[in-house]
Amino acid sequence: MNETDSTSCSPTNSTAHRPPAVELSGIWKRFPGVVANAGAHLTVLTGTVHAVLGENGAGKSTLMNVLAGVYRPDEGEVRIDGTARHFRSPADALAAGVGMVHQEFRLVPSFTVAENVVLGAVDRIVRRQSIESAVGDLAERFGLATDPVRPVWQLSMGERQRVEILKALWRDARILILDEPTAVLTPGEADELGGVLRRMADDGRTVVFISHKLHEVTGFCDEATVLRGGETVAASLPVDGTDASTLAGLMVGSAPMANERPPPCVVGEPMLEVEALSCLGDRGLPALHEVDLTVYSGEIVGIAGVAGNGQRELAQAIAGLRPTTGGSVRLGRTDLTTSTPRQRFTAGLGYIPEDRIGVGLAPRLSVTDNAILRTYTSHRKGPFLDAGAATNHCQHLVDRFGVRTGPLDEPIAGLSGGNLQRLLVGRELSDHPQVVVAAQPTRGLDVQGVKAIQDLLVAERGAGVAVLLISEDLDELLMLADRLLVMHDGRVVAEFDPESARRHTIGEAMVGHASTGVVT
Amino acid sequence: MTEASVIGLLEATVSFGALLYLAALGEMIAEKAGILNLGVEGMMAMGAVTGFVVALHTGNPWVALAGAVAAGAAVALLHGLFTVVMGADQVVSGLSLTILGIGLAAYLGKGSVGRPAGAELSSVDWGPLSDIPWFGPVLFQQSPFVYLAVVAGVVAWFVLGRTRLGLALRAAGESASTADAAGHSVAGLRLGAVAMGGALAGAAGAYLTLSLTPQWAEGIVAGRGWIAVALVIFGAWRPGRVALGSLLFGMTLALKTRLQTFGVDFSPILLSMLPYLLTVGVLVAISIRARNRPSPAPAALGIAYRREER
Repeated sequence: MNETDSTSCSPTNSTAHRPPAVELSGIWKRFPGVVANAGAHLTVLTGTVHAVLGENGAGKSTLMNVLAGVYRPDEGEVRIDGTARHFRSPADALAAGVGMVHQEFRLVPSFTVAENVVLGAVDRIVRRQSIESAVGDLAERFGLATDPVRPVWQLSMGERQRVEILKALWRDARILILDEPTAVLTPGEADELGGVLRRMADDGRTVVFISHKLHEVTGFCDEATVLRGGETVAASLPVDGTDASTLAGLMVGSAPMANERPPPCVVGEPMLEVEALSCLGDRGLPALHEVDLTVYSGEIVGIAGVAGNGQRELAQAIAGLRPTTGGSVRLGRTDLTTSTPRQRFTAGLGYIPEDRIGVGLAPRLSVTDNAILRTYTSHRKGPFLDAGAATNHCQHLVDRFGVRTGPLDEPIAGLSGGNLQRLLVGRELSDHPQVVVAAQPTRGLDVQGVKAIQDLLVAERGAGVAVLLISEDLDELLMLADRLLVMHDGRVVAEFDPESARRHTIGEAMVGHASTGVVT
Repeated sequence: MTEASVIGLLEATVSFGALLYLAALGEMIAEKAGILNLGVEGMMAMGAVTGFVVALHTGNPWVALAGAVAAGAAVALLHGLFTVVMGADQVVSGLSLTILGIGLAAYLGKGSVGRPAGAELSSVDWGPLSDIPWFGPVLFQQSPFVYLAVVAGVVAWFVLGRTRLGLALRAAGESASTADAAGHSVAGLRLGAVAMGGALAGAAGAYLTLSLTPQWAEGIVAGRGWIAVALVIFGAWRPGRVALGSLLFGMTLALKTRLQTFGVDFSPILLSMLPYLLTVGVLVAISIRARNRPSPAPAALGIAYRREER
């Protein structure tokens, strides 16, 4: 807690003679089936705000968790202020002065702000007034407006984040990592946070800031490092001398198209019409702002965007799983705006949810039970379930969609991701929908699984189905989509023709520089 | 209704209240750390039989009390082993503990049924205080267990609300991952709280066989462990309110045998339902209030904690 005056040096100039605050080199981290970091490196100078940029799955969070002691790297070296460190736990990292603010806050809602801040480090006897005034002083010093006496459950997301930052400062973290801190903030709160981070850097602390949002990076960061596919593609670029479109280009890369695009189909009538659709996100803030889109029979419309820009909410609102605050959803001639999920399914809407397990499938139920979850009313004998018919239906699905499974009456929990997804997609497609909304249908699958699911979607299109494909994999969208919409901040900001669009331009639209996109 | 019978009622209210409070306080401490222990009835039975048997053999009531406390804590740690260490379902394990405790106590106490107590903890004499009219007999001629309950309540209030240990313990019950991230041992805190809960339940059991009705009989706990569980909810997990609730519920126990003395024609069976009815009422009130503020129950109550790994 004690801060000496010597730390208030000016940021970049006086740091040349001392070792960088953070040096990560050759970091490898593998998880089952995924290489999250492949020799990534990062150097952050003391007293600076450093942005770490990259698309989803670029390995940013993993690298930061390595720095914060949450993960141990398989290979590579972590140096803090020039000293090699081997963190075994977040507590080790904190002892070395590295604190992290995670995306999911670790706060006790029923405790006051002060109690939360001091939870990890406080005297044996807790004197309420003294901790409250100490936390208040700390908050004031860094411009983190909070009321130490209030219970955390009453606070907004922005305030909770300030409490998290205060926790790290209370433990005297000199290096503070923030994992996408602005994702939960309103634009005003995000600007305020920028000011706080600046003040911390001026105080001689070091801030590592994960973000997708280019205007934030250029607004209050000194340097930026860009990750892609687990590797560092650009290290410590001075933000002043780099324009936003260069950063956008580095983030999305320029990989050539891997596969041939399937030939287009005959496009028919408009099947899915979404008009001025708005809804709130999980935290009660607006997540969709008057989204318009139309998907015609026989086409795949792709939705690109960085995670958390409303794609998830869009899919849920169309499927009827999220209440809307305005606008309409029509399927052919049927208005579905106020219909229940079952009515939408009956009307011909297939939905492949992002959360395969949980929303899509029930892990403890058997293969058969999951297969008939949508259609159990058609496998019955009077008031009872017709077990024979259900098993037949399931066997038919398993055969037709190539699901590799054990006994059909065993829980699905043992199936691999690819087979789970085949079962789920098969279930949704078997009732001949007219519209399919597929959210991240190939995420986390192996190459074969990806191919199988993509082929199914293309086959549906060939049968005249309107497909809305939401994906974070730009390559997939460029290969499958007939039209590509880009979402940013809950709006459709640009439309591209995937055959002629440049990745670079799409990347700029994804991070909010829509000036170059063709806005519909 | 004579003055003596009213004083007798109040005196009994305080003694029964203290009995319930010892057990409820223990349960509250365990629940504050996030562990629901429905084995109070069984832990009290074990405390009761152990206290009685040790008193028979040693003739020393304080050694007997220590034995009862240790027995309660030991049985509680069994629950801790299943739920904290192995992550088993807390309801199932707690209910098993009740059945196990009652059965084991009956077995251990077989030879002691009907025997006179080996030792008793008799009323404390507070000198002149004991002679104050009304207050003397009600407050200052009670068993040492009553004063033990008061001390335990004050200590629990202070430790839970005013110390680092209490803050960490409550954090473990509200959000175990937060407590873990802050560097506290969730398993250690929870095991300690469960053991403390068992120790207090054991003491409550010993109160029965060393002081209230100094003899051993099967079924001597008679459902009062369950009232203690209900009391924690009734008292909204706060030591002070649980104390008030204990006196209220203690009064229903005291009234049960006295209704006729007071000439009231009301079924004692219906009266003994009262604690549970009141608890249900409190639960309803809590859930109505919960629409705009969080429930007073520890948020992680009943949820096993495993550190997350990707």
